[in-house]
Amino acid sequence: MYSYSEFDTEFLAERVRQFRSQVQRRIDGSLTENEFRPLRLMNGLYLQLHAYMLRVAIPYGTLNSAKMRQLALIADKWDKGYGHFTTRQNIQYNWPKLPDVPDILQALAEVEMHAIQTSGNCVRNVTADHFAGAAADEIEDPRPTAELLRQWSTDHPEFAFLGRKFKIAITGSPNDRAVTKSHDIGLRMVRNAAGEPGYEVVVGGGLGRTPMIAQPLRDFLPREDLLPYVESILQVYNTYGRRDNKYKARIKILVFETGIDKIRQMVEDRFKIQRQVFGGNDQKLFAEIQAAFAPPEYKSAPTGAFDAALNSDPLFRSFADTNLAGHKNPDYAIVSISIKAHGQTPGDATSDQMRAMADIAEKYGHDELRISHEQNVILPHIHKGDIYEVYQELRKVGLATANIGLISDIIACPGMDYCALATARSIPIAQEIALRFDELKLEHEIGELKIKISGCINACGHHHVGHIGILGLDRAGVESYQITIGGDGTETAAVGERAGPGFAAEELLPAIERLVQAYLEIRSDRGETFLQTYRRLGIAPFKAALYPAESIAAE
Amino acid sequence: MARAFKSKVLTANRLIEGDVVYYTADGSWVGRHEDALLIEDEAEGNALLAEAEKLSGFLVGPYLADAVLNDAGKPVPTHFREAFRTRGPSNYPHGKQAEV
Repeated sequence: MYSYSEFDTEFLAERVRQFRSQVQRRIDGSLTENEFRPLRLMNGLYLQLHAYMLRVAIPYGTLNSAKMRQLALIADKWDKGYGHFTTRQNIQYNWPKLPDVPDILQALAEVEMHAIQTSGNCVRNVTADHFAGAAADEIEDPRPTAELLRQWSTDHPEFAFLGRKFKIAITGSPNDRAVTKSHDIGLRMVRNAAGEPGYEVVVGGGLGRTPMIAQPLRDFLPREDLLPYVESILQVYNTYGRRDNKYKARIKILVFETGIDKIRQMVEDRFKIQRQVFGGNDQKLFAEIQAAFAPPEYKSAPTGAFDAALNSDPLFRSFADTNLAGHKNPDYAIVSISIKAHGQTPGDATSDQMRAMADIAEKYGHDELRISHEQNVILPHIHKGDIYEVYQELRKVGLATANIGLISDIIACPGMDYCALATARSIPIAQEIALRFDELKLEHEIGELKIKISGCINACGHHHVGHIGILGLDRAGVESYQITIGGDGTETAAVGERAGPGFAAEELLPAIERLVQAYLEIRSDRGETFLQTYRRLGIAPFKAALYPAESIAAE
Repeated sequence: MARAFKSKVLTANRLIEGDVVYYTADGSWVGRHEDALLIEDEAEGNALLAEAEKLSGFLVGPYLADAVLNDAGKPVPTHFREAFRTRGPSNYPHGKQAEV
């Protein structure tokens, strides 16, 4: 893992000192709210419905046990004993008090973490594949690139006041687990015909009010050209992106209105100049960063305990079926810890659970943890001989739910239970769906099905790329939920199709049940996933299931 | 024709704690919606809001929210968002619902 340099440490200490003084001046009346608001937002501090909310970045989702324990300590000392892992690899605290926030930032700085650029019209936390550095299908660990981008974008004076926020995601695998095509810039690590490392660059993706799939900008960008090229994209956006209308200010609108070919030309023209500006120090830095992400020293030990447990413990077998993924070392596996126990709030972990995960990572997992955009926690390097023990440790703290990728592994934004922007609640909807399908004992039968719920059009819950997407709206003073079908956040990215009129909260669960029942009836066989059935048959049979009265009327 | 004024309460979040407060008839700010002053005159509402905006050292984001009197003669919110603000989140017994 990357460790802060002296410069990083001093920069962060200075920022904490600055913010402490700003909070003091706000409280003593020297600063008005209008003056203070942009300052607090630059430090990740929002004012939500019931309280302040502090959003802390977890760069490319990577944590070690010391960082996780500090997150737990903050939850206990200054919040209500839990934290909420978000869809952008951040953690949010829902109840901090204003005078405590500088102390929280100080505590974060002690473990090389911060809340800088988790809000505002700047380059946000760079996200990455949560299996980075471990996945069997990986070409190269994307985290050194993510760290290089983090250092480049942090406090970059030219990009501190963009037209709108700017999000970059990166994957090192052909199987995209980082939703790169829904980002302003998506990077995929590739090799060219000569075997040299580089990136496929896509631009102009986004969810929100106007969902768009990113378009290809460069098929192969040599590694050493990354920063000048990304800087060129940002310069084109910063110069030509719209500032007249907040809803048309993201780069996706510029790309859409200008056309990808013209944007490509503008970026390439700019790149000719920017390329000269970078003299190679960035690549020296990159090499240093890469060394910090060297793989752990894998151990060599018998794996027999794993196979024995698979045969003797059916609950463990079920856990292994859903929560394990292939590791590049065949004696290891990636363990996903579901933060989606049925009926719990998606992404919420208590401080005790955080400490338990930290202990397990330290004892069995080469001290590494990851946070996924799907609001789960990953132990990327677990030796197969240890997995059964890890599973038993997880069970003790209620973290052994075997539902990764299933219908109850739901992404949900905080919605109107917390968020000031929300138009309806998300969390109770997720809780209801998870509990219902657990009660029906159907979710393993249903197989892979991703439900994603947003409490407003801004789409923090990624509903557009859910196999089933749910969007909560305010329809004439009542919470109403619109369903989309067929969204996909992977390398075959697609925006879901709207099924029809929305459902009132109490009508929604029966509607989802009808939808899933229809899928079970029309799938070609157990191996055909919900998304595959949708792609084979289109939306019609799902519409018929959702709106039975209308289809009868139409006959 | 001007639309009929809907009755309101004056609400904001407190600067230090960030929690929700309501303006009362005696000019104080309290946590319980039912203790709020129901404002039935538009000019009065706007005047009170303008005064509240000056309390920047104590309040953040004051605004007028629709409310009506219930059978017991206490103001209650008409929109679900405002109803949530009187209680707290629905997934944990946190916020105001924990204080009552």
